[in-house]
Amino acid sequence: MENGATRKFSVREIRQDFPALRQQVYGKELIYFDNGATSQKPQMVLDAINQYYSMDNANIHRGVHHLSQKATSEYEEARETIRRFINAPKKEEIIFTKGTTDGINLVATSFGELLQPGDEIIISAMEHHSNIVPWQMLANRKRLVLKVIPINKRGELLLEEYRNMLSPKTKLVAVAHISNSLGTINPLDQIIEAAHAVGAKVLVDGAQSIQHTKVDVQVMNCDFFVFSGHKVFGPTGIGVLYGKETLLDEMPPYQGGGDMISKVTFERTTYNDLPFKFEAGTPHIAGGICLGTALNYLNQFDSKELEEYERDLTEYAQEMLETFENIALIGTARNKTSVVSFTVQGIHPFDIGTLLDKQGIAVRTGHHCTQPLMDFYQIPGTIRASFAFYNTREEIDKFIAAVEKSISMLG
Amino acid sequence: MSIEEKQREIIDEFAIYDDWMEKYEYIIELGKDLPLIDSSKKTDDRLIEGCQSRVWLDAAVNQGKLRLTADSDAIITKGIIGLLVRVYDNESPEDIVKSDLHFISEIGLQEHLSPTRSNGLASMVKKIKLMALSALAK
Repeated sequence: MENGATRKFSVREIRQDFPALRQQVYGKELIYFDNGATSQKPQMVLDAINQYYSMDNANIHRGVHHLSQKATSEYEEARETIRRFINAPKKEEIIFTKGTTDGINLVATSFGELLQPGDEIIISAMEHHSNIVPWQMLANRKRLVLKVIPINKRGELLLEEYRNMLSPKTKLVAVAHISNSLGTINPLDQIIEAAHAVGAKVLVDGAQSIQHTKVDVQVMNCDFFVFSGHKVFGPTGIGVLYGKETLLDEMPPYQGGGDMISKVTFERTTYNDLPFKFEAGTPHIAGGICLGTALNYLNQFDSKELEEYERDLTEYAQEMLETFENIALIGTARNKTSVVSFTVQGIHPFDIGTLLDKQGIAVRTGHHCTQPLMDFYQIPGTIRASFAFYNTREEIDKFIAAVEKSISMLG
Repeated sequence: MSIEEKQREIIDEFAIYDDWMEKYEYIIELGKDLPLIDSSKKTDDRLIEGCQSRVWLDAAVNQGKLRLTADSDAIITKGIIGLLVRVYDNESPEDIVKSDLHFISEIGLQEHLSPTRSNGLASMVKKIKLMALSALAK
């Protein structure tokens, strides 16, 4: 086994780790293909949540007593696990947030304070609303210019157009690592290199990548990387912002409160050091600790092996869907993973989704919080199946049969 | 037939299906049978925007009765609309305001009326009741 793996990947075995997968809905075996929305949790994480609230519950960073010290050290240990997982240089660069959206809003608000009217921010046409709206709000507040990298029909960024948008006025580029609606893996190396060449910083939305591909923020050389715990087999309500230390130092605090201060008088407050400067108030302690557990669960495996397995599932599902004459795949990027989005001619995605649900298959239908992207394709939405490494080819076969049955009922 | 009698009738019709797919097959048939709203009438003021599917409701009070037609871009939504129209169409505003809409949950379709489902149906029912209320107030 390679890359520090201690456990050979066997889908039959690892499915046993996820109790949620062993259930029936509407009398059918559950097939969970909504991993883009959230992932199921392994028993290890469920046990850790139970252990924390049963035995270790205490507030952190302030108590003199045993439990508080235990909770604090577990929470800080989780921060270290996260640092190692994304290979950040320093623990101080790992900020706990509520999730990806919270991380983006933190950067938009706090980094945004450093920007001047006329400065430019670049996002892409395939962004999730959470990587659009915070920038629009900031642009309105600070009179900035927001530019959008266009895409081609396959759902790939037009890099030439992107390069033409860049100028010394560009201060930040905010792009998804992997598109939640299309599965496109964006060429971050080229995006980041070009942005840095004009002195712009880059925020990478890793909500859809952290669970599917090895992330190394030093190799990537991004300035900010954000992700959510719940999409990477951890709890909801916890997420991570990685930022380069020099930038985080420069940025003003996001929220005021306890934990983020070093000294408070009514006249003035001096702020705490990183990472606490950005962590006001009692955090989601259990969430942080158990996100660490989720990453430790993943650390057992060779990430390359999981990645290849998921790519195979994606390709297989795509090939099977391509055999339907009346199905159009939305998002056919040459480099993609874990998401297949499609529409059926003359049939509303909602109808297909409802019938799949009644056959025990969980997919998502609609615009997937990417309305501008749906406008680009001139569709109201898609049916999206999104995979995790616990899914199987057999499940895809059942899904395809269920799609076929749904179409024949609706057609 | 009163609103209550119509609801009872629908519950009886659905009682023969014990399989979800059969139930939906019937709803889809109802959706296909429901007359379309003329596209000239699918204007924004008749549109109830949902996150998933869209619903157009054309309603007016005529000779003391609420007359309804509705349409949707999703066929299952349309089938359920067909049931709602059957229950409420040609009823007096007073009877509509007094009525308790219970058949949807009794035939197992309550999820479609949940506001989080965002298919426009919950808003449609609300709009029908509001129209009935405002007709009563006049």
